[in-house]
Amino acid sequence: MTKSTVRVKTLTIDGREVGAREDQTILDVARENDIFIPTLCDLPGLSTVGACRLCLIELKGSPRLLPACVTRVAEGMEVIANSERLDRYRHGILELLFAERNHVCSVCVVNGHCDLQSLALKLGMTHVHFPYQYPSLPVDASHERFVVDHNRCILCTRCVRVCDEIEGAHTWDVMARGVECRVITDLAQPWGKSESCTGCGKCVQVCPTGALSEKGKSVAEMSKRRQFLPYLTLMREGRK
Amino acid sequence: MSAPVGQASLPAEQPKKIRLATVWLDGCSGCHMSLLDTDERLIELAKRVTVVWGPLVDLKEFPAEVDVTLVEGAISSEEDLHRIKMVRARTKLLVSLGDCAVTGNVPAMRNKFGASAVLRRAYLENVTLDPQIPREIVPTLLPAVRPVHEAVPVDLFIPGCPPSADLIFSVLSDLLEGKVSNPAAKFG
Repeated sequence: MTKSTVRVKTLTIDGREVGAREDQTILDVARENDIFIPTLCDLPGLSTVGACRLCLIELKGSPRLLPACVTRVAEGMEVIANSERLDRYRHGILELLFAERNHVCSVCVVNGHCDLQSLALKLGMTHVHFPYQYPSLPVDASHERFVVDHNRCILCTRCVRVCDEIEGAHTWDVMARGVECRVITDLAQPWGKSESCTGCGKCVQVCPTGALSEKGKSVAEMSKRRQFLPYLTLMREGRK
Repeated sequence: MSAPVGQASLPAEQPKKIRLATVWLDGCSGCHMSLLDTDERLIELAKRVTVVWGPLVDLKEFPAEVDVTLVEGAISSEEDLHRIKMVRARTKLLVSLGDCAVTGNVPAMRNKFGASAVLRRAYLENVTLDPQIPREIVPTLLPAVRPVHEAVPVDLFIPGCPPSADLIFSVLSDLLEGKVSNPAAKFG
């Protein structure tokens, strides 16, 4: 690795002065300083896409909200990571996620081990104010060992990123827009017929919900094992 | 169940009993079971509440001036809708008890197929002896199952499938203390 001079920036988050490397995002710095910013699509070790919008923060001098996961720090930034306004937006986003598809926690394979369910508890979501959409979505169980249940997918694209960036297979991708949007394997072929899938299961482990699960697991039996990710990321960085 | 006995002879300091009702709509009765799972604490509760309506209360019509009603289950049929409107009109504080009431949960899983497809499957395709869809006496199903708050305003939400006995008891205890706040508990 070439030694680069990394500058240090100082900024405030919720009134607290914090220091950060110039290549860090607001979310990175908040995490380092134990300042809670909710997120569902971000996972350390994968690239950031700003898909879920839960990490929106207020920045003094900016009329719009910014996603903390893709916003780099700058000298003198004044960030508000928690406010009534942000709470309102975050609750709205979370409730829309629940209303958009069929998240039936009580019969879900990851009940009790789900990032979406935990976040609802953490943010104190009492109920969903929006009318539930109850879309008709397929379950693809054609793969030998794994299942994709589109009813539980929140389109965070963690599976797409881990497959492309860590496994290097790029089996997963995203198809269509709006409510039609779906994660797909190969060119929207059944997962079991995918020629690019190596069957490594990384996508299943990084999935925040019960959208991707292992076969043979029943209600509440699946928990995700993500310990591999920091090691693999570290190995790849070392090789660059 | 328990009629207000001998109210006139009660000492003056005896606090007024809370009029509590429980309603069972489209749910599995698990939430009611969970309420019963509060076990001996029910005796403490019984000293402070009068159960004026519930699955085991033998009355023809939902009573008037109920203080608190716990609703288990989602809104699935025309009867559910009719009942919840009456319950709402006669209740001061309406509580959605459990995931079916709060989210639609398992009963709402039929929504992606529609009521007629589900009836066809259950009463025609899977039946060998005199298959027919019941149309008399039983209430007509709504096209889609909805959570209670999509039909009437709800004051308090207790999630869980079912909510634990401890959770139900703590919410009821809070209510008896005059505290109305949603509990921190997970769905599912």
